[in-house]
Amino acid sequence: MRRRVCLQAAAAVLTLAAGPASAATEIQLWHAMSGANTQRIEAIADGFNQAQSDYKIVATFKGTYAEALTAGIAAFRAGDPPAILQVQEVATETFMVAKGAIRPVEDVMKEAGEPFDPKSYVPAIAGYYTAADGRMLSFPFNSSTPVLYYNKDLLKKAGLDPDKPPRTWEQVGEVTKKLRDAGVPCGYTTTWISWIQLETMAAVHGQEFASDNNGFGGLDARLLIDGPLFLKHIGTLADWQKTKQFDYGGRDNKSTPKFVSGECALFTESSAGYSNVKTGAKFDWGIAPLPYWASVVAKPSNTIIGGASLWVMAKKSPEIYKGVAKFFTYLSRPEVQAKWSTETGYLPVTPAAYDYIKKSGFYEQNPGADVGIEELDPFAAAKVKGVRLGNFVQVRTIIDEELEKVWAGQATAEQALKAAKARGDAELKKFQQANP
Amino acid sequence: MEKRVVFRGRGLPYLLLAPQLAVTIVFFLWPAAQAVVTSTQREDPFGLSTEFVGLANFRALLADPDYLNSLEVTAVFCVAVAVLSLAAGLLLAALTDRVVRGAPVYTTLLILPYAVAPAVAAALWVFLFNPTVGLVAYVLRALGVGWNFLLDARQAMLLVVIAAAWKQVSYNFLFFLAGLQSIPRSLIEAAAIDGAGPAKRFWTIAFPLLSPTAFFLLVVNITYAFFETFGVIDAVTQGGPVQATNTLVYKVYRDGFLNLDLGGSAAQSVVLLVIVMLLTVVQFRFVERRVHY
Repeated sequence: MRRRVCLQAAAAVLTLAAGPASAATEIQLWHAMSGANTQRIEAIADGFNQAQSDYKIVATFKGTYAEALTAGIAAFRAGDPPAILQVQEVATETFMVAKGAIRPVEDVMKEAGEPFDPKSYVPAIAGYYTAADGRMLSFPFNSSTPVLYYNKDLLKKAGLDPDKPPRTWEQVGEVTKKLRDAGVPCGYTTTWISWIQLETMAAVHGQEFASDNNGFGGLDARLLIDGPLFLKHIGTLADWQKTKQFDYGGRDNKSTPKFVSGECALFTESSAGYSNVKTGAKFDWGIAPLPYWASVVAKPSNTIIGGASLWVMAKKSPEIYKGVAKFFTYLSRPEVQAKWSTETGYLPVTPAAYDYIKKSGFYEQNPGADVGIEELDPFAAAKVKGVRLGNFVQVRTIIDEELEKVWAGQATAEQALKAAKARGDAELKKFQQANP
Repeated sequence: MEKRVVFRGRGLPYLLLAPQLAVTIVFFLWPAAQAVVTSTQREDPFGLSTEFVGLANFRALLADPDYLNSLEVTAVFCVAVAVLSLAAGLLLAALTDRVVRGAPVYTTLLILPYAVAPAVAAALWVFLFNPTVGLVAYVLRALGVGWNFLLDARQAMLLVVIAAAWKQVSYNFLFFLAGLQSIPRSLIEAAAIDGAGPAKRFWTIAFPLLSPTAFFLLVVNITYAFFETFGVIDAVTQGGPVQATNTLVYKVYRDGFLNLDLGGSAAQSVVLLVIVMLLTVVQFRFVERRVHY
């Protein structure tokens, strides 16, 4: 009984709150931005709602990326999906092949008559969400890229120049050795093994992680991770694991405490990990670009992105799509982008927004915050746009699993990468068969 | 001398049963039937194309070394959790039963963990055992133990078993204590007069008389270890390292919700259903016969 009264009261409050805007068309946006970012995405929605009165974006937090994805898919199956769903980059291929479930962003923009130029987005970011026919399918909302965080205090302790972080993997080897000799418990650790140590590592050397242009060419793509560069890189990390020059700290970004607590001196993590490090680290630290093997390339290519994009779901009315288009136009504004990017550490998705932030002096006050976007080479055509595979979640998990055997000393780099390739290819084949 | 109520017509009893039946049908039978149907299909996540594939999902499952590994992991996990939590519960109950003063305080303290949600309990264990920031991990390292459950399969299993069992100890403790307290004092006293020591009295009198309780708890604990430990595994190891703690229930979640393989995941649920049905039949037909009532 009490519950019913509560519900009625809540309904009454909601009606009151929605009073003046009740004429506006509501547009549901389901997202997975937790913590402080929940408020930030709601602030964006509020900004849009106040800027016009025809549409009202309702941003709802749905849990982790996986939970938001499941919720969105379940709602679609039940016939009432949200108009906009935030989807992590690993699930991009799943959405790309589901033609009846989504509306390409480019079509939505054009039908609504909104000004839209795919070229006005950072190529390395927009390219990832663009189909083979050149249409941009989803809106790049929150993108990040791997960078190297380093502990200046520990570098000093080892007698190294704290303003000269290692630029190449060869230097990482020397630096971590000195750190270990100086009694630092761990030289280097990393997050996101597959994304940083294989996918992006290959990209900066201009090499492919999977065939068929990293899966952009079609579903025939198979893993190339048993190639010499991968063997060299993982083999080196395996050697370093034995001396604790490298120390594995778990899947995803579970190793963050190892860096933030001052255990490891070097740390590769997403540029969006910026705020975690900033709030957690009680020492002087800096950000540098992801290292590369100087013995393999003279100059590194662009890194690749992670993060998520906004997908427009099918089964909605034209009126709603019109509002969605207007919202995306609002989202692309440099000042909106700038606020989001500087607060979260996600990358500005248009060169215009990047310029806007630059001019505001933010990067001078926050040295290193621009390393990520600079790595993507925002004004140039991307050499490698990223890796787009079916069943990518499984493939990444398989890589995590097989490489854990390497870190535990139970398998060599070659055995593990070969096994990961075999198991991963089986997943790719399965996806291909399911989507003829 | 059972007292039976006899209804004249058929309408009233069915009417009275209807609410319970409705709940059972809507929340148990219907989803189970859905799972059986889905397990014979290959479907994309959005339900745009559905194809009947017969038993292909089951064949794929049985040919999958990961699945067979998961079966083994689950067996080890269930037995370990059940044995550990039953033994600890019994020990604590036997000790509390002998406490003369302040027994309610001990009882309350021992029951407390049961009120902690599984995910929260798991978070506590993670904080204690995290290789980098964990207190226990710190002590272990100081003692020279290389503690890293993120890489060491056995340590990971040990940790999830302890975390899962810890929560269930309270429950077992409560039932064992009630069981011990319902044993007539005269029996214990008679044995004491005959010269039996506390250990002898426990094993020859209390323990056999507790067997109905123990049997009931065994069923509950195995079901618990099978189905309700998802939160613990998700928070502590996510099935890793490699697949060392990937139990059947966790695998269903991973394949269904993270990997969006609905048919394969449904097939696993169906297998799980069959396993639990078999387990229950075995328990009631064979184990129950040897139980004193």
